[in-house]
Amino acid sequence: MSLFFPHLRLRPNTARAATIASALALVALPFLVTPFGGDAWVRTLAFAALYVMLALGLNLVVGFAGLLDLGYIAFYAVGAYTYALLSSPHLTENFAALAAQFPHGLHGSIWIVMPLGAGIAAFFGVLLGAPVLKLRGDYLAIVTLGFGEIIRIFLNNLNSPLNFTNGPQGITLIDPVSVAGVSLARAHEVFGLRLSSVTMYYYLFLAMTLLSIVVCIRLQDSRLGRAFMAIREDDVAAKAMGINVRNVKLLAFALGATFGGVSGSLFAAFQGFVSPESFSLMESIIVLAMVVLGGIGHIPGVVLGAVLLSIFPEVLRTAAKYQQTIFGTILVDSEVLRMLLYGLAMVVIMLYRPKGLWPAPEHGISPAQLGSADVAGGVAIGGQVAAPR
Amino acid sequence: MAATQENLLSVTGVNKRFGGLQALSDVGLEIQRGEIYGLIGPNGAGKTTFFNVITGLYAPDSGTFRLAGRAYSPSAVHKVAEAGIARTFQNIRLFPDMTAQENVMVGRHVRTKATALGAVLRTPATRGEEKAIRERSMELLEYVGVTKYANFQARTLAYGDQRRLEIARALATDPKLLALDEPAAGMNATEKIALRALLERICQDGITILLIEHDVKLVLGLCDRVTVLHYGKIIGAGAPADVQRNSEVIEAYLGGSHKTVTTKAAA
Repeated sequence: MSLFFPHLRLRPNTARAATIASALALVALPFLVTPFGGDAWVRTLAFAALYVMLALGLNLVVGFAGLLDLGYIAFYAVGAYTYALLSSPHLTENFAALAAQFPHGLHGSIWIVMPLGAGIAAFFGVLLGAPVLKLRGDYLAIVTLGFGEIIRIFLNNLNSPLNFTNGPQGITLIDPVSVAGVSLARAHEVFGLRLSSVTMYYYLFLAMTLLSIVVCIRLQDSRLGRAFMAIREDDVAAKAMGINVRNVKLLAFALGATFGGVSGSLFAAFQGFVSPESFSLMESIIVLAMVVLGGIGHIPGVVLGAVLLSIFPEVLRTAAKYQQTIFGTILVDSEVLRMLLYGLAMVVIMLYRPKGLWPAPEHGISPAQLGSADVAGGVAIGGQVAAPR
Repeated sequence: MAATQENLLSVTGVNKRFGGLQALSDVGLEIQRGEIYGLIGPNGAGKTTFFNVITGLYAPDSGTFRLAGRAYSPSAVHKVAEAGIARTFQNIRLFPDMTAQENVMVGRHVRTKATALGAVLRTPATRGEEKAIRERSMELLEYVGVTKYANFQARTLAYGDQRRLEIARALATDPKLLALDEPAAGMNATEKIALRALLERICQDGITILLIEHDVKLVLGLCDRVTVLHYGKIIGAGAPADVQRNSEVIEAYLGGSHKTVTTKAAA
């Protein structure tokens, strides 16, 4: 709790109680939403967790290191396709040599393929980062946008002459996740409670999300986290402080991509199906919107942004139905109305909270407010302090 | 001390051309360990260009560079910092949204080695290093006298304090040579006196200083030796008292007719 609300300065007992309460709330959430439409809402929650992971990864690149990336969804795609190819019958059906090697088909365990997918995504992160090291701002955004599209177009077209990705039809029959031999594809009874498949995925994603948050917080408060921020603030000064800006930028791209790779693998296992359609530019923009609307560079804000922007459209989907009861007829198509309201909400947030819904708190107060005599300069020198080494 | 007579920085034959402008022609200097060395000259003399070449920001067309007896190539800024030259900037370049302490902590980057994995796993080595970074940064904030603003965003500090913070950040890299680009620019008289005391103290604590300065009075009072640049050429070098009497230097600063002016004034 104190990680999220440092300025509240909660007492340890209060903080512990708050942590336990929120943990219980998160665990109970699927059961609270099930009465309102069954697994659909649990599914939304699971996706919210996936989006939190994506937003956290993008925040490493955009928020911490200040590198605007409009093609982030490509890493999600790389992770998803890595798992899809290594845990589905697709490759063995299309390549006789592989089928001979693996007569029972490829069934890579998620616990092996997910780190692999993360690694491949990180590699792609470096691949994207290397040519754009000297680019900033708008120019960087355009190149990363292009990169995202290139990956999607490759996935769309790599089905001939050799069928690697099955093109626009996508890859089906992807293995579900099993945790310790328990397949998450079927419902299970635990202590008399019926846990649906979607609920178990929600718990898995929740655990991965919490892990991602811890990783992000630890990175933020580290030597490398400071190096990322130094580059964002002033890269010339960062260089002058001995930071190898090239390597640190590449590391930022790679680390950010890792999060995309992990959530991509989970996405593929959850859906059982991937196609290039899921990795359009719109998705990149939505994830970026989560980061910016929540509070760029501020982990709690980014989590909030991701949760709100992934759940809000679903809420609007139900809200749009009510126009019939109010007006007696459907004035605007519900899908159109949903996107209209979504856009309106974004405009309102940016007008009234330009730094995001939950921006990083300002540190301390300004020296001027401190009102001390030596603020204008001429701070006394001397006293017993350590000499530079 | 005989050891202090050894050259810390030795730069010779530096040429730098920007298109049609020969910004530096055959410039060089030798800085001894433990001294405060001044680099002065009128506007556009090439001081900052020379400074940027030494610290790796501009690639020179020619020149040899040795620091503490070892040749270094000013091809990458971060490598120069690693070799032991820390710099500040003419128009302060702090990390504005980071706190004062974080700014100084960034300075420790080059002397520490925690990896991303170490940070994520919070290994004992990383935690120990992080603690050392924090302690050292607080020491340095106290050293330059801005401790009380440790948790303030750097941009909220008063101008003079920002200058001091920039010096603290540079000191955090454990430099052999501290290179300051016009540290007194924009300071009032009180701030200048405090700055001078700080620089003298840094020098006493064993760090060699290279100083570019506009304020001739400050330079002549503070520096052990100076080099005067004019239109990219060295027109005088040596002890401040000698340089002050150098006719070429006087001409560069005051124009050609100074002799008549002074004679009239004397008469």
